[in-house]
Formats: sequence, C-alpha cells, structure tokens
Amino acid sequence: MAVPNQQDNQTLMQKIETMDRRIIFLAIAITIILPLIFPLGLPINVSPQVKDFYSAIENIPDGSVVLFPNDYDPASKAELYPMTVAIINQLFGPGKNGEDRNLKVIGLGLFPAGPPLLEKAFKDVAQDKYGAKYGVDFVNLGYKEGREIVMASMGESIPKTFPTDFFGTSIDSLPIMKGIQNYGDIAIIVNVSAGYPGTKEWVQQVVSVFDISMVAGVTGVSAPEYYPYYSAGQLQGMLEGLKGAAEYETIIGHKGIATSGMDAQSLGHFVIVFFILAGNVLFLINKRHDTNAKGGQR
Amino acid sequence: MSAMWNTLGIWIQVFLTLAVFSFLYKDNPFYKFAEHLFVGVATGYWVVLQIRNVLLPNLFEPLFLHFADPFLLIPLFLGLVLFTRLIDRYSYLSRWGMAAVVGIFAGLAIFGFGGGDLIIQIRSNIMPFLDKVALQAFDSHPGFITFLNVLSNPIFILGTISVLFYFFFSKEHTGALGIVSKVGIYLLMISFGASYGNTVMARISLFIDRAQFGIQNWKPTVIIGVLMIIAFVILAIRGKDDSSTPSVSEM
Repeated sequence: MAVPNQQDNQTLMQKIETMDRRIIFLAIAITIILPLIFPLGLPINVSPQVKDFYSAIENIPDGSVVLFPNDYDPASKAELYPMTVAIINQLFGPGKNGEDRNLKVIGLGLFPAGPPLLEKAFKDVAQDKYGAKYGVDFVNLGYKEGREIVMASMGESIPKTFPTDFFGTSIDSLPIMKGIQNYGDIAIIVNVSAGYPGTKEWVQQVVSVFDISMVAGVTGVSAPEYYPYYSAGQLQGMLEGLKGAAEYETIIGHKGIATSGMDAQSLGHFVIVFFILAGNVLFLINKRHDTNAKGGQR
Repeated sequence: MSAMWNTLGIWIQVFLTLAVFSFLYKDNPFYKFAEHLFVGVATGYWVVLQIRNVLLPNLFEPLFLHFADPFLLIPLFLGLVLFTRLIDRYSYLSRWGMAAVVGIFAGLAIFGFGGGDLIIQIRSNIMPFLDKVALQAFDSHPGFITFLNVLSNPIFILGTISVLFYFFFSKEHTGALGIVSKVGIYLLMISFGASYGNTVMARISLFIDRAQFGIQNWKPTVIIGVLMIIAFVILAIRGKDDSSTPSVSEM
C-alpha cells in the first residue's frame, strides 16, 4: 500500500501558504512590466516637499552659483538619475518669465562611481539640450575621497580641495571657477544622495555651520531619515525616490523616465499589499485549522 | 566603430542584468560570473580612481612636482605607516595613521551631530500645542485636510513625548507610564511601516529601471533570455542542478 506523503495531507490553504516563492516573483514582474508596455496614465499629485524643492531653486537670484553634489553610484541610478536629469532641466531651463537665468553649476560626487553619471546627465541635458558650455556654465569636479573631510575642507577652499576637475584639467583654467573660494560664494546646495556620505553629512557639516540653503533628492529607503531635517527647515525641499522624481518632473513640465515608471510603481505596490494581506489571512486560517486538528486528536 | 561598441555594450549590459536576475530562479553559474566580475571591476576602478583623482592631484603633484606644500609630507607619512601592519616588527606604527583617521572622523562626527542634529532638532520640537494659522484655516475652510492640519502639532508633541517614554527603562511600564509607552510603541510601529513601504518603493524602482532597459533593448533581452533558459534546461538534464526549490516559508 502506498504511504501518503506530507504534501498530500496538506489542505489547499496550506499548499498556497507554502507555495514556490518564485510564483510571487513572477506575479510582481508581470505586474510591473505590463504597464511599462501599456501605460495607464495614472494621475501624479505633487506633494508639498517637492513644491518646496522647486521653489527653493526657482527663488535663487539669476547668475547665482549652485553646488550640485551627486552622491550616488549605479546601484541607486534607477531612483536618483531621473532626479539629476530633472534638476539640470530646471537649472538650465528658462526662468518664470522665460528669461535665461545664467546659473553656474558646480557638480561633484562623493561616491567613486558617481561623477560619470553626472557627466552623462550634463552632456545630454545641459550641453545638448540647452547649449550650456563646460567650464563656463557648468563643471564636474569629479570624485574626492575623504567624506566629511571633503565637505569641511571645501568650507576653507574649494580650489584647494579640488585642484583638478573630473577630466584632470586644472580648475584655475576654468572661467566658471574664477572668484569662487568657498561656501560663501554658493547660493544653494542641491544634493542628490544615496546614503553615506550624503544629505545627512551635508546638513551636519555644511548647512548648520555655514548657514547655507540646501535641498535634497534621496532614495526611498533613506527618505524617512531626512524628514526631520525638512520639518526643521534644514532642508528647504526634498524629493523622495522615484515617486519624488516623477512629481518633480510634473512640476517642471519635463515628463521623463520617472513619470513613465509611476504606473508600474503603483501597480507593484498594489500587488505587494495584496500578497501581504493574503499571506496574513492564510496564516490565520491555517493556524485555526491546526488548532482545531490538535483539539480533535485529543 | 562607435556604434559597434555601443551595441556590444548594450548586449553585455543585457547579459549581466539577466545573469543577476537569474538568482531569483536559483543560484547558478551565470549569477556567480556576474557577481565575481562586479567585485573585480569595482575594485580595479576604485584603485585607479583613488590614484588619479586623489593621490596625484592632492598629494604627489603639489608635493613632488610643484614643491608647493611641505606639510603634505605629514599625511604622506601617516598614510604610508598604515602599510606597516604587513610587517609584524613595525606594525605598531600603523596605529599612528589609524589614530589620525579615527580622531579626525570622530571630531567631525561629534561636531556635526551636536550642531546639525541635537540642538536644531530639539529647537524644532518646541512649538505651540495648537497652531494659530491652522486654526484660522480650519475656521475659514472647515474640512478634513484643514482639521488634520490642526491636529498636526498635538500629534507631533504627544508622539515625541510618548516615544521618549517608551525608551525610559528606569521604571516598570505599568499604569499611566504603561499607557503612554504603549502609544509610543504603536507610533514606532507606524514609522517602521513607513520605512518598510519606502524600502518596497525603492526596490520596485530598481526593477522598473531594469525592466525599462530590457523593453527598450528587447531583441538582445529575448535572445539572451532564451539562451539562458536553454542552458538551465541542459544543466538540469545533466544533473548538475542540485539546489532545492525555495518556498514562500523559506523567505
């Protein structure tokens, strides 16, 4: 006589609870890929912190110098690169009345693999779309090891901290760097950050010491950590993950890669919430079933 | 020529993306290859970058090419003594370099935390229990949102106090203290839920990026994907595929 194995004795609910987890991976993958192919066009509401981010940049005087540290690497590119592109669109795009704002943008990165991403964004948007000139309208100072020490050192002298740019050119030869010594010459810090060193360190080492305005775009994972800085006024505005990037694209009127992913993001969340609820319901049903079975055996 | 390199780059990106995602099926040679390649490339890139972007422009060129700043000999010495850890007899010297690193970072961290976090965050928590502006807004436009705005300050103040009480361990959490600390733990759970939600959002964003890339380059994605599936089938037939099937309960 064949001996029934444990799998055969399981109820349908128990089988579902212990199903192959790859089915869940597949379900989430399909839910995310389908709206990327067939967009739904779900509405995007702009939150107050994104409006504040936009206003903080919009309100700096024409001709100001903007420090633009992009502290992330390809691991966070999905969330943060759309922010970098959108920010460059606002910085180099026309002002409220259509005028050329003539802002000078100094980019850098405290993550080793960050500056090449910034370089691509500068080239694709600032240079090719708005005709901005390298060394005149913007510069990429590249990466520097030292974390908080780099931030503190820039308070003393930016040229001494970064003697050369991303390409190895002496920054003394770049017109944009003429007359720029330290944070006293900077109107606002626009930070895009994936963690350490990033927004928290810029706030601690620079904003609170040099009394300078700052806005930040951060990853979704780290965003809750930075809300106290926003509510305390240490950050003038904040973008939170791909959602924040999409809201920011909406407000500046340049719908790009972040906006195109928001349908998938919303449906992905819906499916995960469904699985969490279903998992808990199954757990409770099976627990009740086990309790009843043990009671019957007694 | 440039177009050819671009195409080759896209095919490599597609292969490595699918190789990493193949781990969701199970551990396999494609994933291991991508993992080892990433570690090797990242290490090589980091070493070259440190030499090109840090050591040359900030140390060697000003010191030995321009003879500009003799004080740079100090960080050069402290950096070099770190390598004495490799020689047992002189390894104690590495503590000098390490002491400088620890001292500088500890000093900056304490200074930054005190000025940037502690004082300003305490100051920002000092607020009126009821915000006059929110009350006026509710008075002129009564509604759900304006009502929530009125509740904002009381929730903030009472929430901060109750969470702080939860971490007060000198007295047993019973009676009034028990109720307040219970409110504190519920608020903490809500904040953990918000953090988890943000983590889910971030992880989905990563997949969206790769999915967009795969859809934009669907031809190499389909070809490499099919070839990988064939390879998995061959590995399974040859019996080399002995890893167990994971279930939800193992997650």
